[in-house]
Amino acid sequence: MAGDNTYKDNDRIYATRVGLVNYDRRNIHVTALKAFYVPCVGDTVIGRITEVGIGGWMVDIKAPSLAVLRASDVLDRPFRPQRNDLPSIFNEDDLLIAQIVAYDRTRDPMLTVREPGLGKVTHGLIVEITPTKIPRVIGRQGSMINMLKQETGCRITLGQNGLVLISGKTLEDEQLAAMAIRKIEKESHTSGLTDRVTEMVRKEKGGVEHVTKEK
Amino acid sequence: MSRKKSKKSVDKDGLRADGRKPDGLRPVKLEVGVLGNADGSAYIEQGKNKILAAVYGPHELHPKHLAQPDRALLRCRYHMAPFSVDERKHPAPSRREIELSKVARWALEPSVFLEYYPRASIDVFTEVLQADGGTRCASITTASLALADAGIPMRDLVVACAAGKVDGQLVLDLSDVEDKKGEADVPVALMPNFNAITLLQMDGQLTSTEFGKALDLALDGCRQLYTLQKEALKSKYIAVKEEVEE
Repeated sequence: MAGDNTYKDNDRIYATRVGLVNYDRRNIHVTALKAFYVPCVGDTVIGRITEVGIGGWMVDIKAPSLAVLRASDVLDRPFRPQRNDLPSIFNEDDLLIAQIVAYDRTRDPMLTVREPGLGKVTHGLIVEITPTKIPRVIGRQGSMINMLKQETGCRITLGQNGLVLISGKTLEDEQLAAMAIRKIEKESHTSGLTDRVTEMVRKEKGGVEHVTKEK
Repeated sequence: MSRKKSKKSVDKDGLRADGRKPDGLRPVKLEVGVLGNADGSAYIEQGKNKILAAVYGPHELHPKHLAQPDRALLRCRYHMAPFSVDERKHPAPSRREIELSKVARWALEPSVFLEYYPRASIDVFTEVLQADGGTRCASITTASLALADAGIPMRDLVVACAAGKVDGQLVLDLSDVEDKKGEADVPVALMPNFNAITLLQMDGQLTSTEFGKALDLALDGCRQLYTLQKEALKSKYIAVKEEVEE
């Protein structure tokens, strides 16, 4: 059976993307090494406002189409165009953490920010990686992400669309986490990655502290 | 050159002006992911040809009225840099470049799963930095590689190669000189997994048997290039893997 990133033609299964092959009992999957984001209902994504419309915002979530965020979703009372000033809530180029509530082939994805943890991004560092590598950043049962959070002391928010928000106490902490995430992206197809990243983070952290001591 | 220039483009040893056999390709170098700002990119050096390809998308299409409700729009641009030929070329797209852009689109369209991304657009740019004959084929080969590098789902890579007739001799992968003094030129684009031809053109005159032979020659050239194409795609990742796991 043809699984993800594959297709069948005349009883032969071909890959549609460059990636790593996985066989489970009946399916053949290809884990793509590079892809773009395809929206999926329930995903948390990080996006940028590209346009403030009359009744809502258009948000770039790095998908084939822009996403819509309705004003009535953000305000808990009925939306009145005369009274509510949309740019004062979210303006162009603002970054958002949002969740996808509706999407299919015929319509553009619809977003919501009415859940805990969603809303405008006020501080932190954004790292962009290929969306297929988000599971690798999480690691098996969250091993990688928990290690990163622990070692760097940063809060890390993963957007399923490949944008990662890192917010920590100092810029150095954030940069260290960003460096680690870029390393994960680059070396995602190799084995023993968690150990190597842990080692790198510890080494770099030592380096940073050493420099501050010397001062 | 001090050597007396032979009238024949294929000498008595059966070798061509640049020392190739009649069925030999020019030396090819393929590279993937050369441009940081593009979603996908590739670069080819085939003989003296140097071509860059960049792919953006699938993304929101502007102007919106071009959007197709059932599939993505594939837009191609083939362009030659002013410095790519002996005499400066005017940078505006010429008739020929507009035609080749369209030809490249036709050659690539069957390979991409456009129906997965309705209303979106995928933009392909190929820029010829240095031209030495057979740029339409080389740019299709590169563009396909750039599409694959961008992570766009595809049925197969498209690979293109030309064959032709020079001084009554059928030869593969014509250079600029051979193309100009030759009698005929047959560019072919192929999806090797399906044995499906996505582009077939002919310029000049060939008998039907000659045409058959030229086509076979070109298809053979395509298959040779296909292995190089696949290697180029993989090598980007293998290099990282080797570096880490040494």
